[in-house]
Amino acid sequence: MPAKNFASTRYSELTEITPENVKNLRVAFTFSVGVNRGQESSPLVVGSTMYVLSPYPNILYALDLAKPGAPLKWQYNPKPEAAAQGVACCDVVNRGPTYADGHLFFNTLDGTVVSVDAATGQEAWKSKVGNINVGETMTMAPLVARGKVFVGNAGGEMGVRGWFQALDQQSGKVVWKAFNTGPDKDVLIGSDFKPFYDSDKGQDLGVKSWPPNAWEQGGGTVWGWLSYDPDLNLVYHGTGNPGPWNADQRPGDNKWTSGIFARDADTGQARWFYQWSPHDLYDWDGINEQVLLDMTWNGQPRKVLVRPERNGYVYILDRTSGEVLSAKPFHPITTTRGVDLKTGRLQYIPEKKPHVGKVMRDICPNASGAKDWSPSAYSPRTGFLYLPHANLCMDVEHMEANYIAGTPYLGSETRMRAGPGGHRGVYTAWDVAGERAAWSIKEAFPVWSGTLVTAGDVTFYGTMDGWFKAVHARTGEILWQFKTGSGIIGQPTTYRGPDGRQHVAILSGVGGWPGVVVSADLDPRDGTGALGFLNAMRDLKDVTTKGGMLYDFALP
Amino acid sequence: MTRRIFRLALAVLALSACQREDRTARPSPVGLESREEVALVVLSPGESQPTVRTSGKAKEFEGNAYHLSQGKKLFTWFNCSGCHAQGGGGMGPALIDDRWIYGGSIENIVQTIREGRPNGMPSFRGRIPDDQIWELAAYVRAMSGNAPSSAAPSRSDSMHPHPAENRTSPSPPVSGGIVPPSGQMPQ
Repeated sequence: MPAKNFASTRYSELTEITPENVKNLRVAFTFSVGVNRGQESSPLVVGSTMYVLSPYPNILYALDLAKPGAPLKWQYNPKPEAAAQGVACCDVVNRGPTYADGHLFFNTLDGTVVSVDAATGQEAWKSKVGNINVGETMTMAPLVARGKVFVGNAGGEMGVRGWFQALDQQSGKVVWKAFNTGPDKDVLIGSDFKPFYDSDKGQDLGVKSWPPNAWEQGGGTVWGWLSYDPDLNLVYHGTGNPGPWNADQRPGDNKWTSGIFARDADTGQARWFYQWSPHDLYDWDGINEQVLLDMTWNGQPRKVLVRPERNGYVYILDRTSGEVLSAKPFHPITTTRGVDLKTGRLQYIPEKKPHVGKVMRDICPNASGAKDWSPSAYSPRTGFLYLPHANLCMDVEHMEANYIAGTPYLGSETRMRAGPGGHRGVYTAWDVAGERAAWSIKEAFPVWSGTLVTAGDVTFYGTMDGWFKAVHARTGEILWQFKTGSGIIGQPTTYRGPDGRQHVAILSGVGGWPGVVVSADLDPRDGTGALGFLNAMRDLKDVTTKGGMLYDFALP
Repeated sequence: MTRRIFRLALAVLALSACQREDRTARPSPVGLESREEVALVVLSPGESQPTVRTSGKAKEFEGNAYHLSQGKKLFTWFNCSGCHAQGGGGMGPALIDDRWIYGGSIENIVQTIREGRPNGMPSFRGRIPDDQIWELAAYVRAMSGNAPSSAAPSRSDSMHPHPAENRTSPSPPVSGGIVPPSGQMPQ
């Protein structure tokens, strides 16, 4: 799976590549995915085969690592509906396939879950779960556990109603489906539901914390990362931003958006919920990765969940109860004062609330957040969480949003720009136990790639201007870098190949929300383009072009 | 007497010189749609230009200040701005540049809004009255400076830092444009 394990640590035990020899890395082979859009996916290695999934039209390739040059074994084309491209908010990306029991599972942009035989490339089943006519797409990487494929929808910018569901691994039939807004029976909230904080207790909060019927277009999508704890049999998923962006149209806490659910993997029944950003004002989806760790907290052994969140804080939660143990900022913040650990509530600064007809300036972090989807990695050797993230602020003006199904439901105009210091990206090593940054590397553009860390104490990440970098996991020293053909927003993979060597692979091809200016030929003269990201990314066209190429590296 | 006739003639002349914009006060109902037989390409076997038959409705809308300003308002109301922003694009392509994937004439744009286009443009037939589609199309052309500056909207209420449409330098449609290759064709 793209996150390496159920705990989503992205930590590899491989030790062949070290800070001393990483400078000798060479290209072992390359492969063109044939699609020049944002490559957010992760190459996946099972046995002697590498699987690579393209952005829309979501072509899955199998490469034979046992043969020189890793030739193509087969390709599978699910032929998704082309119209889906028109309802994908931020480029037509896909965050990767997942492998389990001889099959690959992935989502297509038009809302179909697919299972493909890993050996032959034959389709096992296809299950249509999303509807593009109401603005639903699917871009997340599924997670497979307990014989079920867990998937969620995207489309928080189109006024969809977010859901999370489990499909039978063998047949693709829906086992259970939980909505993230609306009455308790739809959300699968029952007698097992024991949230830690009082603000999450009560009947039908998914209806009562909204104006009448607003929950029907309320967002709370699940387009990010999932984790699973086999001992507790809980699956963890975040929920996306509430719709519309104009928060004046939805007074209330807007449950259960911009939060996190722990659900029973067999029944989908919610166990606990915590809301990162109640009544979200700034498009702060709560869908980032949750890294499951067992650590000592104030002298007590605790099962925790570490979440670098879009609102700018690294949270440590007790993953059995949903209690917030710590929330420390990792990004300049002008909008909130911190998290009250008694009530668990994020403390907004009222003067920074955007209103209709008024431009609210200097909102930090911006709409894409201190850190967007780009997954972090945790090394038990260093105790650091390696965070690829941004340094961005924005100006916002709200207006009345009209709901027209299948079109954007925003009521907001946004203009983003670099945060304090002028750089737009940062790669930070976060000392989890020390609750502070150990070191950080500034980047000109937002760091939109994922990362990984190895037992050899080397981490890897990529930049939007095309550099693939190896970093010393302890010191933050850049040990090696390689310029790929296009900007990097993908997730690196490391594996031991059939040749016995440790390899590192990455997809190069700029895109995603900040990179769509290049991948979709936008006009950078309009700063409000790409939901306001264009204003911060005008110069990206000067440094990179579209691409779609896999690079695989190994020591000579 | 002659002086009076002269004055009268002058008044008649002055009045007739005062050309007002005409428009239909009551636009045609939703059910009716104009017929635009237009091509998306310049290539037609053996001919210098493809055969095109238009309804002539373009004249009523292009260069008409009222329709252009209505189009600007509707561009936000129908959520066009959600995808195309203030012309820079996002989920949909940019509209202030000179590349027109499906043709840059007002008739092409009317057809694009009405029929939809295969890579994500929805079909708005039956959702937007015909005259409002024409108003939108006229305004979309104004976004790239393809409307007389005397008629194009002169101020923007958005945070869009680009000059208003009447100060946008004309950027004539590039014939045919290019189709951004969003993917490999299905095999």
